[in-house]
Amino acid sequence: MSTASLPDIIFMLLFFFMVVTVLRDAELKVKVTTPYATELTKLEEKSLVNYLYIGKPVERYRELYGTKPRIQLGDKFANLNDIPLFLERHKIKVPEARHGQITSSLRVDGEVTMGIVQDVKTQLRKSGQLKVNYSARKDPKRKGSGVASE
Amino acid sequence: MAKTSARDRMSNEINAGSMADIAFLLLIFFLVTTTIVEDKGITVKLPPWSEEEPDITKLKTRNVFSVLVNAQDMLLVRGEAMPIEQLREKAKIFIANPYNDETMAEKPTKAIISLKNDRGTSYGVYLQVYNELKAAYNELWDELSRQRYGVPYSEDMKFAWKKSIRDEIPFVLSEAEPTAFGEE
Repeated sequence: MSTASLPDIIFMLLFFFMVVTVLRDAELKVKVTTPYATELTKLEEKSLVNYLYIGKPVERYRELYGTKPRIQLGDKFANLNDIPLFLERHKIKVPEARHGQITSSLRVDGEVTMGIVQDVKTQLRKSGQLKVNYSARKDPKRKGSGVASE
Repeated sequence: MAKTSARDRMSNEINAGSMADIAFLLLIFFLVTTTIVEDKGITVKLPPWSEEEPDITKLKTRNVFSVLVNAQDMLLVRGEAMPIEQLREKAKIFIANPYNDETMAEKPTKAIISLKNDRGTSYGVYLQVYNELKAAYNELWDELSRQRYGVPYSEDMKFAWKKSIRDEIPFVLSEAEPTAFGEE
């Protein structure tokens, strides 16, 4: 049997995975299971997105941080007051002309209550970061309007 | 003599037997590090920060579709309790008002959806409500688009068409400062 084409096949697979790979940049310290939704928009450019995580600390950090929902920015736990600096740090990496296109992706656990989410939203509004994306997953069972919205 | 050795060197092939192994190694590396993230969600535009809240009491009550979600994740829509499954249909009827009902929006451009939740509302339910309201608009846009242009509504349709649809049925959702009755 000729195995001469084997490298080519493997390379093809390799390229596929290289293209779809997103190297994970932050370890999640809070448990986030995003809710289901149907009217989803895809976040196009990763470099224009900053991520805010809200959820209960994972098992390992519970002794230290308790079980109340917390905010995670980048790779560490944060308070509300850290949000403006976090946004600013991300902003300086983006060309000035595109500052208006920056989106904040809120990856929030479905079981979290709105109190903390509301506080984060208020903080975002105060910082002038108005474009927000509530991260959600497609529900395999339910049917939406079938319209991809902006 | 020299000629033949040159030809020999030319016909020499690089041993590519290990190529597959190297490719395999890389492949396995990427397989392990891959997380195919579905970066999707509901995009919203927050209103700019201002100290005072917008006053919706000045508006005619027939134009306001108020949705309240309490800390027990129950809905009160225009003063009536409602299961979340009905919200989309009810919102659509309110906005379009096909039978010119006295109690519903005068026209789609005047319709305002007012969403208010409690600090104890769970985020999952909040997002579900938001999703249903957004879906109501999406379906109305889609219907209008099919009726007028014969194409389904989508983000990459002609800009002028999209704009005229969005002007006719604008998405107006006002979120009030949440109440703090429930336990967080």
